[in-house]
Amino acid sequence: MGNRTTMKGTESKEKLIRLFLLATALSAISILALISVFIFTEGLPIMFRHGFKKFLFSLDWYPTEGHFGLLPMIIGSLMVTVGAMIIGVPLGLAGAIYLTQFSSKKVRMVVKPMIELLAGIPSVVYGFIGVVILVPFVRENFGGPGFSVLTASIILGIMILPTILSISIDSLMALPPAYREGSIALGATEWQTTRMVLLPAARSGIIASIILGMGRAVGETMAVIMIAGNATSLPRTILDPVRTLTSNIALEMGYASGEHRQALFATGVILFIIIMVLNTVANLTSRKMSR
Amino acid sequence: MKSKGRTFKEKAEFFSSFNIFSFFPLFFFTLFIFSSCSLKPAQKGITIAGSTSIQPFADQWAEVFMAKYPGRLINVQGGGSSAGIQAAMTGAAQIGMSSRELKPQEKVLQEFIVAWDGLAIIIHPSNPIEDLSLEEVRKIFAGQIVSWKEVGGPDHNIHVVTREEGSGTRGAFQEMVMGKERITKKSIVQDSNGTVREVVAGNPYAIGYISLGLVEKRVKAIKLDGIEPSLENIMSRRYRLVRPFILVTNGPPTDETHDFIQFILSSEGQELIKRQGLIPANLVMTEAKVGQ
Repeated sequence: MGNRTTMKGTESKEKLIRLFLLATALSAISILALISVFIFTEGLPIMFRHGFKKFLFSLDWYPTEGHFGLLPMIIGSLMVTVGAMIIGVPLGLAGAIYLTQFSSKKVRMVVKPMIELLAGIPSVVYGFIGVVILVPFVRENFGGPGFSVLTASIILGIMILPTILSISIDSLMALPPAYREGSIALGATEWQTTRMVLLPAARSGIIASIILGMGRAVGETMAVIMIAGNATSLPRTILDPVRTLTSNIALEMGYASGEHRQALFATGVILFIIIMVLNTVANLTSRKMSR
Repeated sequence: MKSKGRTFKEKAEFFSSFNIFSFFPLFFFTLFIFSSCSLKPAQKGITIAGSTSIQPFADQWAEVFMAKYPGRLINVQGGGSSAGIQAAMTGAAQIGMSSRELKPQEKVLQEFIVAWDGLAIIIHPSNPIEDLSLEEVRKIFAGQIVSWKEVGGPDHNIHVVTREEGSGTRGAFQEMVMGKERITKKSIVQDSNGTVREVVAGNPYAIGYISLGLVEKRVKAIKLDGIEPSLENIMSRRYRLVRPFILVTNGPPTDETHDFIQFILSSEGQELIKRQGLIPANLVMTEAKVGQ
């Protein structure tokens, strides 16, 4: 009898805990809903007033004169993100493969936490290092003003490195040792084993790491404002200055009023849509590939 | 040892008896008191609105004024010079702030020049250029002159640095230098006087503009049409990139607004203005005196 009541007690307790956890999960979603409602109600009216086409395809951003073309910023965001991926993904993957397959355990124990430490450095510090070291370096060695797509890509590539590296390492380490042992036993070299057995098996984790890295690159603001130059023209080469959607909002929010302010919320709407599309595409491809 | 353990336990019990939730009524009570406190003077307060370039300075004036006269409330808002003048006309604000001279149809308002601010065109100290004409500066910022060679400097592209859209300093530059011309889209955009100065200090081929009070050794303020941006030249208004900071009221100021404006024009207020890097009101000749 006594036993049964305690059983009942634990059950109702568990129910309570489940309800509590459900509430936390829902509150996270409701915050997302709140943010989207807020951005869309602030940003959509002006987009309807001036037409979506003008926002998406016009090259002129003169917000105080009523020209709200966001195309240079949209392309700028994409260029900088792709640039960051070109630098960050190969480096991160190569590092993860080396640390899991070819290095000694000791090296891994030292190097991995140190790289993860990189993720804890505030972005303004990356921006500062970019301004002081990388901008003059690019200006003197490659030309242009130094504030450029290239500079922003390099710094962002370094910033997403720890994300890609540590998640890839975790997913490679999580593979059963039998995969590797079996492949080696069949006569494959270490590199063949890595390339043909381990990487495909750890694919979903590696893709997840790349998606997370991409998300950070698209959303990064502070470091990009400091090193990208923020020009509103379409960059012709990677040495031209560029403005991203996030920096457009952060740069001009301080003084903006009226339609200018609404246009910045419209920038937020477009950023929101781009991130949603990127995430969906990334999720779909990862699901397809892991099948 | 034993007694130590006991006191510790006692302490723990003592604290646990203070349930966190028992503080909630107290918390709301304090909140209520504070909110009712801050509501009262709001009815008596005055609103100042306008130029975003004056706004940060006016925030400080209001702060010092309110510290000196407890119970007075001054509410400083931005919106731009034209919006500020409009607000003063319609009565939405008791005082409007304008960082440009009033247009003839706006002269119905009473104006008080409280300070002057100069704009300096700055380049890297290693750049041999000393002097540019207003026309050349305009063409450089419009992207029509792209190499320093065209104005007698080194054979290298000019890197134009400007402020973000909506900034008061950019507005003043647009008005006094660019006129109807647009600042080139290719220019590097920075979001404060300080970062513009930082970029120009680090780039031998850059040109930018900042508030005159913020010029220092690491950048070179060039002469404009042969006139140096010195205090003397500003006082005589020979250096052209100077703008007044004007407060406007609709009709003669009421008691409260009068007190505030008098405070800024007093020696104490003018001393504060000097410390903020602005030029005191009485040091510069007004348009009328220049004409005489």
